[in-house]
Formats: sequence, C-alpha cells, structure tokens
Amino acid sequence: MLGLNKTDTKFLLIVIFLTLATPILLQPFAENSGLAQFNAGYPDLMQRFAIYGIFAIGFNLLFGLTGYLSFGHAAFLGVGSYSAVWMLKLLSMNVLPGILLAMVVSGLFALVIGFISLRRSGIYFSILTLAFAQMSFNLAYSVLTPLTNGETGLQLSLTDPRILDAANTSGSLPVTNLFGAAMSESYKLEFLNRVFTFNVGYYFCAILAIIAFYISLRIFRSPFGLMLRAVKSNQQRMNYTGLAARPYTLAAFVISGMYAGLAGGLLASMDPLAGAERMQWTASGEVVIMTILGGAGTLMGPVLGAGFIKYLENIFSKINEHVLHGWFSWLPDGLQDLVVWIAARFTGEGWHLTLGLMFMLVVIFLPGGLMEGGQRIGKLFRRGREDVPDDGTGNRPKPAPHVAE
Amino acid sequence: MGILEVNGVNKRFGGLQALNNVNLSVEENTVHAIIGPNGAGKSTLLNCLIGKLAPDTGSVTFDGKSVLGRKPHEINQMGISRVFQTPEIFGDLTVLENVIIPCFAKRDGSFRLHALESVEDEAGIGERAERMLADVNMLDKRDMHAASLSRGDKRRLEMAMCLVQEPRLLLLDEPTAGMARADTNNTIELLKEIKASRDITMAIIEHDMHVVFSLAERITVLAQGTPLVEDIPANIKGHPKVQEAYLGQAHS
Ligand SMILES: Nc1ncnc2c1ncn2[C@@H]1O[C@H](COP(=O)(O)OP(=O)(O)OP(=O)(O)O)[C@@H](O)[C@H]1O
Ligand SMILES: [Mg+2]
Repeated sequence: MLGLNKTDTKFLLIVIFLTLATPILLQPFAENSGLAQFNAGYPDLMQRFAIYGIFAIGFNLLFGLTGYLSFGHAAFLGVGSYSAVWMLKLLSMNVLPGILLAMVVSGLFALVIGFISLRRSGIYFSILTLAFAQMSFNLAYSVLTPLTNGETGLQLSLTDPRILDAANTSGSLPVTNLFGAAMSESYKLEFLNRVFTFNVGYYFCAILAIIAFYISLRIFRSPFGLMLRAVKSNQQRMNYTGLAARPYTLAAFVISGMYAGLAGGLLASMDPLAGAERMQWTASGEVVIMTILGGAGTLMGPVLGAGFIKYLENIFSKINEHVLHGWFSWLPDGLQDLVVWIAARFTGEGWHLTLGLMFMLVVIFLPGGLMEGGQRIGKLFRRGREDVPDDGTGNRPKPAPHVAE
Repeated sequence: MGILEVNGVNKRFGGLQALNNVNLSVEENTVHAIIGPNGAGKSTLLNCLIGKLAPDTGSVTFDGKSVLGRKPHEINQMGISRVFQTPEIFGDLTVLENVIIPCFAKRDGSFRLHALESVEDEAGIGERAERMLADVNMLDKRDMHAASLSRGDKRRLEMAMCLVQEPRLLLLDEPTAGMARADTNNTIELLKEIKASRDITMAIIEHDMHVVFSLAERITVLAQGTPLVEDIPANIKGHPKVQEAYLGQAHS
C-alpha cells in the first residue's frame, strides 16, 4: 500500500493510530488524582510534540542518514516562522499560504547555506552551519529589523492588510484558521473522570506530521536514502563507484531544511508570533539532542526524542519549590529543606541540568538512543520466552541491523 | 594504440620520486599485470589513473580521452573501476546493498533524485546484484554487515561491486592478498570467466606469481618508480633485470 511493503505499511498504520489517538493516550490519569499533573493531553503541548517531531524527522534525514551534523538548523525554523507570520499579516489568517511560503523560503535558505557548508565535512561543516545560523540570528536583530521587528518579534496587528480576508471590525486580533476552522478550537469530552481535548490545531499538525513521517519512510527505503547512507559509510568508495556525493548531500540538506521550515511555519500558525531567539544556537542544539537521544538514523527515534524532551520539559518546569515541599513533607524539617533545595536545582529553571545528565547517560550507556534501549528490552523478553540455547545460532552469519522501526 | 595510455608520468612525494617517467600502454581486451617489489610505485600509478592523485607531469588517456583533471566519479563513469589494496567497501551497509549501489551508479549516472521510489521495487536491480553475488559465491552472506566480513570476503565483495558495473577497464590492486588458497583459485577462475564472457581490459597488480602467470597476457615490471621491462609472461620469468629487482629486494 502507498508504495510501501507489508511491514512498513503496518508500521505506518500504527504510527497513524498513535498520532490520532494521542489526545486520549496522553490523558491516562484521572482528573482529581495526584498523578493528573503528569497528563500531557493539552493542546499546546500536543502541538509541540507534533511540530518538534517534524523538526527532528527532517533533521534525522540529514544527520541520521548522511552523518553530516548540522548545528544551524534552527535558522530554518526561524525563517519558516517569520515567513508564516508575514503571510498571516499580508494575505490571510488561513494558515496554508504561510506554511507553503515557510517551506519555500527555508528551502532556498538551505540551498545557499548547504551549497557553501557542504564544501567541508565533519566538524568544519558543523561550524559553518553554526556560523550561518548565528549570522541569521544577529541579522534578525540588526539590519533586518524591518522584516523581523527586532527584539519585540514579529506579531499580528489590527492594521495588517490581510488582503484575502474580509475586513476585521471586531476590534480584536483575528485567530489563525484553516478554511474557517480556528486552530484554537477544541472539542472536550469528559469520560471516566478524564477530560479529553480534541484540538483543531493539534490535528492539523498531526496530519502534517504523519505526512512528514510517511515521506521520511519513503526516503529511507529509496535509492536516494541508500545513497545517503553510502555517503555516511564511505564517501571515497562512493566517488570511485561513479557517484557524486555532493548533490546527494545537498538534496538531503535542502529537504531537511524544508522540514525545519514547515515546523517553524506551524509554530507560527499555532501562535502567530516569530522572534529571533527561535534561531539561536540553543534551539539548533535542541534538535541535535532530540535526535541523538531518540536514536539517530532510526525512523521513530527522532520523534520519540522530541516527544520525550518536550514532555519532560513541560513536567520538570512546572515543578517549583512549593510542589517539592508538598512531595517531601514526610521528611523531618531540616532534611526536607535540604532535599528540596537539591531537587530544585534539577527542576523548574534548572530543568536543563536534568536534560544534560540524561543526555550524558544515554550517550554513554545507550549510544543508539532510546530506540536501542527499547530493542534491548525487547530482546530480553524474547530471550526469556524462548528456551533456545544461545550457541545454536552462533555459527549462522549475523544479519545486519535494519535501519528501520 | 592501447585503450589506456600513460605517457611520461612523474609523481614526487617530498624527496621521494614515486613515479619516474612512467610509460605504459594497455591493449584493449587484454590482461596486463604490473609487478614489482614493495614501494615500487604500483598503487601510486593506479591512483594517478583514477583521479585520486594528480601526476606532476605526463599524460594519461583512456580510450583516447584524457583522464587528468577529471573527478573520480567522472573517471569511473568513463568505464574504469578499481579494486583497492585495502578493501574500500560500505562497511555499515549489507553485502547486498554494497552491490546494489554500483548498479544504480551504472544505470542512473552520478546523481539522480529518486527519493520516493523503493529500492525493492527497482526493476532488475536487486536480481542483478544477487546474480553478481552468486558469481562470487557470496549469496549466503547477502544480509551480513559488510564490515563484519573476513578480509578475503571483503575483497571478493569489492570485486563484485566493480564487476557488476561492467567496466571497460578493471584495475585490480592485489585482489587475492589475504585470501585462502582455495579462494585465490576461485578468484582466478572468476576473472578468467569474466574475461572470456565479455569485452573487458584488466590491469592487475599482484605479488602472487601463481595469479600473475595464470592470468596475464603482458607483464610490466616496475622498480623504484621506473618501468624496467615489459613483455609476455614467458620472457619475464627468467629475465635478469627482473631477478635483480626482486632478489635485491628479497635479500635486503
Ligand atoms: N600519499 C603519499 N604520500 C607520501 N608518500 C607516498 C604516498 N603514497 C605512496 N607513497 C610512497 O610512495 C612509494 C610508492 O608507494 P606505492 O604504494 O605506490 O607502492 P606499491 O608499489 O604499491 O607497494 P606495495 O607492493 O607495498 O603495495 C612508497 O615509498 C610510499 O611510501
Ligand atoms: Mg600497493
């Protein structure tokens, strides 16, 4: 189906199901229970899962397949956001034109940056992309203020032309929509003491994320994907086999830049605002961490990594000293203060410390990321069930691990 | 005129004259062996043919067209494939994928953006690669990681990767080094079969004289960057200059 073989079709159907059921799956705890704060089925959080999922899927097409580590992908995210907000200001509150423009402009940016950066490989390539992104970030604050509105960031205003929309007489800012369906619109369902929120914006992002995933799956299975893995494995051999590596890496760079642009456009479509900080190197670093944490070069890894980080960020930043005191109230006073003080370093504002530690642990103990962790657990279970002695398979040739799942 | 013409090629590495005014002419559809002691400049000569190194002076033409100044992938697309002295394969990929890649390079040229087609569905490519693997007796290892192969198998895989491109000129840099005797004999048979079944020119570097004398129709002896003699195998065996070059090396 859809140009996929049986296994991949099944895989895609599972991903579609999980994505569409997210508003239910992420609301496992009853509303009045103490665990309710660990629920994640809120529209803006789910939107971020989908959007950063797209960002990471695109990043993985470059880094996971070719091994070229871009440290400037946030530039495309930022460019995408600015483009989309401009369309929302000039054309219409319908999000489609903005998203299309976001992909086109980020694609062009990627073409130029990629063309220059891909002349080098390894660390030099990373530094070049980083330099371009920081340049974009600085330009957004200085020379380009007419386009970016500098520090304030680009926002909607009542005086925007929006030539395709009917005149706005309400006196308040219009909301983003898709052919009339407002992105902020939600349908709430109460069931079993849980509130499930089905949000238009989330489903819009989710459908695009599914398409983005599907295209990435096709690329992984395509001759083009094979060539990208060849680039990573042995560029010399590739050249002596009659293949030019550069056009392949450039194509991957542009595609991956367009994924980032789409993500940026979606961010602006959910919340019509674009600021230069979206292009800062920390944002580029975040997508690197998402991809590696989840498992670079695997299909699902980047999505998992993105969801994992955005979820923990949400949970950990909510935990403040007050909450901690509540948790540790059973400890004697002096000890309680100490424990709360220590825990507070890792939560709230200090959440990046936790992220850093987690990242270190994963890189050291699970170089293949969360996907490798999952596979190891799966193997343990299988070994537990089968009673086949290990040496029975010893002399069969070891099959190569598939770049899949 | 030969299909490959090397004229007055010099290559210097710092103070070392690796190639010293090398002239070489390889006739179309022959097997031409290049032999010589370690460090004679044999691999360096091949490097100058495939665009890995640029000679300091001299000319190299393939089929009447100069290869100098061309990129490695362009030279390969002209019809020259090379098996390296230390195997150059795609270690992270499976054995089958290693052979599929040159099939695409042969069919589609140096670049084609076929991002939404499936490798599995590409007409004929998988079958062709499998047939090639069967020819080198490696079909049972098709799903193995290429990096986990033995040295001899890596070499056979690399040979399959080159042969599947049906090159007009195949350069082999010590193709049987690291192989067991049986595999060496298989390789000789394979190359003989290939040679008999289609138009192909081979230049082979080899230390194993059994291989050289089984395959070569002409032999060039290279020592210290200079071609000493070029002749048919029968005349090379007892040639005093050859004895001197090899024995001088062996006793040092
Ligand atoms: N890239 C290089 N830089 C510097 N010196 C080099 C380089 N490549 C080869 N050489 C030197 O040039 C000489 C010829 O090397 P080459 O590899 O061509 O020898 P060879 O005939 O292939 O020997 P062998 O039989 O051991 O493979 C050697 O002394 C080698 O050290
Ligand atoms: Mg050599």
